[in-house]
Amino acid sequence: MPVSEQNTQLPLVETTPKRRFARLLTFKDALRLPIIIWQALFFIAPLIFMVAMSFFIVRNYRMTEAFEMKNWLKMMSRDYFWDSYGLTIGLATLATLVVMTVAFPAAYTLAFRVSENTRRWAVFLLIIPFFTSYLVRIFSWYVILAESGVINAMLGYIGLGPYIMLNTQFGTIVGYMTLTLPLVIILQTLSLANIDWSLVEAAHNLGCRPWRTVFCIVLPLARTGLIIAAVFCFILSFGDFVSPYYLGGSKPPTLPILIVDTVKSGQQWPRAAVVAVVMMVTLFIVAFGGIAAAYRRRVR
Amino acid sequence: MKPDRLLKWFLYGYLGLVFVFIFSPILFSIIFSFNSDRFPTIPLGGFTLKWYKTIWQDPDVWEAARTSLVVSFSVATIATFLGFTTAYTDYRYRFKLKPLYLALILLPPTIPLIIMALAMLAWFAKIGLSGQVFSIIIAHTVLTAPFAMAIIRLRLSQMDESLESAAWNLGASQWRALRRVIIPFCRPAIISSFCLTAAVSFDEFAIAWFISGLNKTIPVVILEIVTGNIDPQVNAIGSFVFLTSMTLVIIAQMVLMTKNKTEKGKNG
Repeated sequence: MPVSEQNTQLPLVETTPKRRFARLLTFKDALRLPIIIWQALFFIAPLIFMVAMSFFIVRNYRMTEAFEMKNWLKMMSRDYFWDSYGLTIGLATLATLVVMTVAFPAAYTLAFRVSENTRRWAVFLLIIPFFTSYLVRIFSWYVILAESGVINAMLGYIGLGPYIMLNTQFGTIVGYMTLTLPLVIILQTLSLANIDWSLVEAAHNLGCRPWRTVFCIVLPLARTGLIIAAVFCFILSFGDFVSPYYLGGSKPPTLPILIVDTVKSGQQWPRAAVVAVVMMVTLFIVAFGGIAAAYRRRVR
Repeated sequence: MKPDRLLKWFLYGYLGLVFVFIFSPILFSIIFSFNSDRFPTIPLGGFTLKWYKTIWQDPDVWEAARTSLVVSFSVATIATFLGFTTAYTDYRYRFKLKPLYLALILLPPTIPLIIMALAMLAWFAKIGLSGQVFSIIIAHTVLTAPFAMAIIRLRLSQMDESLESAAWNLGASQWRALRRVIIPFCRPAIISSFCLTAAVSFDEFAIAWFISGLNKTIPVVILEIVTGNIDPQVNAIGSFVFLTSMTLVIIAQMVLMTKNKTEKGKNG
């Protein structure tokens, strides 16, 4: 970046306090520092404090700062914690598989089978629900999936059902899909649209069958974007408490529900912090594993 | 060519179904908000406005709406400001630890809201900021600034770098060039980021629920009604929320889209 010779003009007006302040705080730092200070105070500090809090103790309903392993030992020795942990990982993995599979044909269509203009409008439409009240959409599913709800009423006309969909894993997965499907379709579409179509055509011309083309050419070429989509899907599902609570019935609770229950039912914040730290570590491992897989040079 | 045509229609149909899945909860929420049954299903009951009347007369809802408006407006302002300064820094400067600097602002959306909520709750209690309206504003700003940064950064990457240098060479100070060249160029992105961050803040419930204390926002009120029982009131408030955030998100996208088109036209 070329920097101008402004500095040479400064001494002329140096005496005013404003200018002195301006020299003290350079242009660069004036733009750079606000976010550093803000995020250090309100993003990094809370997270560090939360990790520290997992070692605090609660005495007479009051949290006291300390450094003890009590909360960790207690949580780690409880079966319900490990049950929740296994369930949360299982559900998030299942959701990721389901969402990635459901999204793929849609993304494939958007990337290869429609005009660029249509694709732009489709992405436009998909962005809207991603930023639109997830909570109300889940409540809406609650009514739709209920035993006497819309779906069972429709199935009733053709003599089926009623099926119980609420308070089951199925309900939880529907909720996770509500949260993640639009984002995953967008990410998949973008990564598919970026691949070199002539390679796919070459495979066609050499007699490769359509299904094989998808698995041997399209998927490997779009790998990076697809893995990133899957990682996002996992993170979002893993951290969500609304779907497993309202649609899944919360029996047994997932880790996010465990945090909510622990915090809302009393002063046991340190134990909630233990759960949160375990979740963070898990997500770091998943994210780094995903990134490593996404940017690995060769598949084989 | 026949199998290919079949496949094409199959894929179109599939895409249609996926969109139905994504938009049906929004649609049903709006339909049911006018439905007189306490537990809505099909066939629909009679048309009614009573749920809207109920929320209209509920002072708690009004109070929450006021809090929500104040919060989203403040969040949008601060987040867009911080997003702009970061995007511009990233655009113009290189320095040591820049990846770390970028991670600092871009990471918050990848951390589950419930964890951020717990961390913020504990930290704000520790530093004596808990339960205030501005605690929600601070927390939401951390969450939304990355979106602002991304939108504005994208816009800056479309800018001709020589524009700013030209302003300097013509004698503009750095601040002046920023104000007269960079900001006008980024205006659509700034408007867009303002709307989008406002929408995200307007809908966020986990952090707000944990740290808001008595200053409930609209999503927190919804969460509390939903936890109690099935109440079609939620559909009425929900329709209002959908309308607000959808409008904001649509404006955010339109502003960016139309601007891009006109510029493409100019260039060729």
